[in-house]
Amino acid sequence: MNLKHYLSGFLVLASASVFAVAAQQGGTPGAAPAKKPAAPKRTVQPQDHGERLFQQHCSRCHAAPEGFPPSITGTIVRHMRVRAGLSQHDEEALLHFFSP
Amino acid sequence: MPLPTPEPKTRASAHSSRIFLFVLTALAIAHQGSAQDTPLISGGAGFLTSTNAGSTTYLPIIEPLLAAPLGKRVLVESRAALLEFFSPKGGDQSGYGHSHFIGITYLQGDYVGSRHFTVVAGDYLIPFNTYNDRLSPVWIGNFQDGPLIANLNFSSSGSGLGGMLRGNAIQRSKYSIDYNYYYSTRSANEQFSASRGSGGRAAVYLPEQRLEVGLSYDRLLQGRHENFYGAHVWWEPKDTSFRLRSEFASGQHAQGYWVEADYRTHGFGGLDSAIGRIEPVFRIQQTFRRDTTASDGLPTANTQRADFGLDYNLPHNTRILTSYARQFSVAGNRNVWETGIVYRFLFPAWKGKQP
Repeated sequence: MNLKHYLSGFLVLASASVFAVAAQQGGTPGAAPAKKPAAPKRTVQPQDHGERLFQQHCSRCHAAPEGFPPSITGTIVRHMRVRAGLSQHDEEALLHFFSP
Repeated sequence: MPLPTPEPKTRASAHSSRIFLFVLTALAIAHQGSAQDTPLISGGAGFLTSTNAGSTTYLPIIEPLLAAPLGKRVLVESRAALLEFFSPKGGDQSGYGHSHFIGITYLQGDYVGSRHFTVVAGDYLIPFNTYNDRLSPVWIGNFQDGPLIANLNFSSSGSGLGGMLRGNAIQRSKYSIDYNYYYSTRSANEQFSASRGSGGRAAVYLPEQRLEVGLSYDRLLQGRHENFYGAHVWWEPKDTSFRLRSEFASGQHAQGYWVEADYRTHGFGGLDSAIGRIEPVFRIQQTFRRDTTASDGLPTANTQRADFGLDYNLPHNTRILTSYARQFSVAGNRNVWETGIVYRFLFPAWKGKQP
């Protein structure tokens, strides 16, 4: 009985969420301009390869930090390369995205 | 992820040598940085409270992570946890007692060969399903406690000692497949305890759909020689801030699943507006116990639980986490209230050269 209640609640929540997402997609085309590289958000429109990589591999798990010193950009990207199995080309693209 | 109960990935210790080891490792590799490759210290600090069946606990915690590149292909990384756990004394005693835990969560070296393979050696997080190696840091999780099945794999500590091969097997514009294979040896070392076992994970990711589907398997190669199977599905619709994550795990003695959804709205001024910073989260999970002969961290009776959370993403990498959960079990139903504040830090380990 409890399981049925849970599943019903979850389906309602999922339906509402999908509806909200669909409505949002239709209502705010191009609403998100390009962001500063040091503070990319998980919802910006892909602008280049590095930004697309960031959205596909980094922000899947966590939000981006609001900013960080350029001296650690390479270390951050190296860490992501290990985590996400990125190529050297991808690493360079991400570096360019963080430090254009 | 910190828990009001002892965290398996955080090996308890009051011995200061663990801090010494961590700091020593940091100092030993810190001098290698240059230009954009300065070693960094990242992680999270938080203060968490939980009221479970009327008993309130307090948990201040710091989880620092050190990452230091060596040359073009090597990265040394380590994460530690330092926490103090305050809980009611119980029995006839009033007031609170406290205990502290200091431990290295993992310490590994990575050699990046190509996008197809990276060799990992050391004490590493077991990549069985997704929670352990992706979502367990205190500053990432949407809830302050992990899912009930988080430790349902061959290593109840969450880490292995040995080697791992990981990478991207196939990369196409429409899809990619990544994999990892790991082997862990048995270790009774206080700091790097581990079980003998091996396993792997393979996942398909569809970038256009933002959909990831993966399968995991590992086997305990000592004692019970138990097999564990896992599956996960992640979906983040493109150009939205809706995320759906789910996992299923099964062992010979227990199995379970969890499904989690979170959402932030672009309306009312975008994600950085007062409304856009609100993040409702929901998680449902069930565990099923076949027998109690194995101690795998799951509840000893079948359990159903629903978590309703409301997080708030403050500026400056700070989050407020609140949630209410109702847990049903033949062992007793209970309410779990959780609140906490978490700060994510990220800075150079030392002042490096300006790029």
